[in-house]
Amino acid sequence: MIETNKKFISVRNLIKKFEGRIVLDNINIDIQQGETFVIVGGSGSGKSTLLRTMTGAIRPDQGEVYYDGKDIHSMEEDEMDKFRKRFGMSFQNSALLDFLSVEENVSLPLVEHTRLDQKLISIIAKMKLKLVGLQGFENYQVSQLSGGMRKRVGLARAIAMDPEIVFYDEPTAGLDPVVCAVVDQLILDLTKKLNLTSVVVTHNMESVFRIADRIGMLYKGKMLQVGTKEEIQNSTNPVIQQFIKGEINGPIHLNEDVIDR
Amino acid sequence: MNFFENIGINIRNWLKVFSDISSLFFATVYWSVFGVFHRKPVNFKTVFEQMVYMGLQSILIVFFVTFFTGVVIAMQLAPQFQKMGAVFYVSSMVSIAICRELGPVLTALVIAGRIGAAITAEVGSMKVNEQIEALETMGINPVRYLAVPKFLALLIMLPCLTVLGDASGMFGGYVVGVNSLHISPGLYAQTTFKFLSLKDIYTGLSKPFVFAAIISMVGIYQGLKTKGGAVGVGQATTISVVTSFILIIIADCILTGIYFFINF
Ligand SMILES: Nc1ncnc2c1ncn2[C@@H]1O[C@H](COP(=O)(O)OP(=O)(O)O)[C@@H](O)[C@H]1O
Ligand SMILES: [Mg+2]
Repeated sequence: MIETNKKFISVRNLIKKFEGRIVLDNINIDIQQGETFVIVGGSGSGKSTLLRTMTGAIRPDQGEVYYDGKDIHSMEEDEMDKFRKRFGMSFQNSALLDFLSVEENVSLPLVEHTRLDQKLISIIAKMKLKLVGLQGFENYQVSQLSGGMRKRVGLARAIAMDPEIVFYDEPTAGLDPVVCAVVDQLILDLTKKLNLTSVVVTHNMESVFRIADRIGMLYKGKMLQVGTKEEIQNSTNPVIQQFIKGEINGPIHLNEDVIDR
Repeated sequence: MNFFENIGINIRNWLKVFSDISSLFFATVYWSVFGVFHRKPVNFKTVFEQMVYMGLQSILIVFFVTFFTGVVIAMQLAPQFQKMGAVFYVSSMVSIAICRELGPVLTALVIAGRIGAAITAEVGSMKVNEQIEALETMGINPVRYLAVPKFLALLIMLPCLTVLGDASGMFGGYVVGVNSLHISPGLYAQTTFKFLSLKDIYTGLSKPFVFAAIISMVGIYQGLKTKGGAVGVGQATTISVVTSFILIIIADCILTGIYFFINF
């Protein structure tokens, strides 16, 4: 599935502190075009923070995030805004605007960033909704949707502008196992059909093994290991073994990850 | 930490809030005026929806508050003027008090409690649900997308509501004057405008523009600063209303001072 060997996204020596506390500790990742890279880690390990620094939503204290060799954090806000149109993002809580209908949510990026006329935008929005299996729900209000449907509308919005890279923050959190599998399949399909590069954050190990090309294990703000499914499964690192097997006894203690955002 | 350090920290915090709100204000004005040049003109449909929401639905409460204030002023003043045998002057006093001061300020306070709180609650819950971050990630400036329509809508509606407040306050005085003080309606109306100068009216009506900016900017600022889930939204809403109240009173004092010393 990896088409070129070019480093597409490079995270270099990334450090992020909140109120003096180190949340991301010297992170380095290289992601290639077309691959699905999954970042796993417990609650509070810094997954969302890592994703946010990668999309430019927050600035790191140190380090760079390169796309095609350009560091977004050395850009001015204006330039970064232009750059962000290449990204789509699906949020942990879907983050749909609840004063807009389903279709208006999906069309929002198009309305804001293109000069296409209203009819065309509506057609594109319907197409994207169809891709996520929600044709016919255009006029629903966000509050009328189930959690799984919101996630899918969020996906449709994320791909509305035909992005090159889609970031997913816990796409399957809080969904039942069947819907979970559906969303995973959707991520796989979209990645293939639209030739996307996907960066997925999750703590659901089943999902990880379904969708990942490569996996990075984040623990207490550090990237413990990056590797293929097999490499991670056969890892000798006790933390990784405990995490993927979901065992109670091991180096991970519960009081370290009480804060989930 | 000693007493003076404490005061120092407090003053510094307030200055920080003040400068943050000022820069939010400039960003909002910038997008209101120059958005067109970025191919992002103001969305008048949204402004209109906000105007309906802020304006129409506040009419009753503004009427209620100012009407009874007019009634109360008239009743409080009546005995003094009765002693002097010039009870019809009640109407001048009511109209001056309402148009110069109470109409604009009470309307602004009511709207700060009603609309300012709603703005903070709405923006704050968008913040804690990642919706603001979603906008930013999509390259949509939250100030332009959220703040501008609310700012413009309130800038238009608050002066209108103030006119209504002035009118209903004077009407409250009229009801007391005519019904219990037995001033003839004609005389009451005549005396109402006898001492009311044009300056009273336009100074009174210039204030709501400033108050509208205060309410919308404080509301949005506190909303965007919200953190910590539903509890955070509640706290932000309270702080927003309290801050608006304080700033409205301070601004009122400053403006009245300016009008007092400068004649134009
Ligand atoms: N805006 C913030 N301010 C302060 N602390 C934060 C902020 N965002 C995240 N954190 C802290 O950083 C750590 C990592 O958070 P996060 O990246 O959300 O973890 P995850 O997504 O892996 O659950 C947590 O301890 C969290 O409390
Ligand atoms: Mg998270």
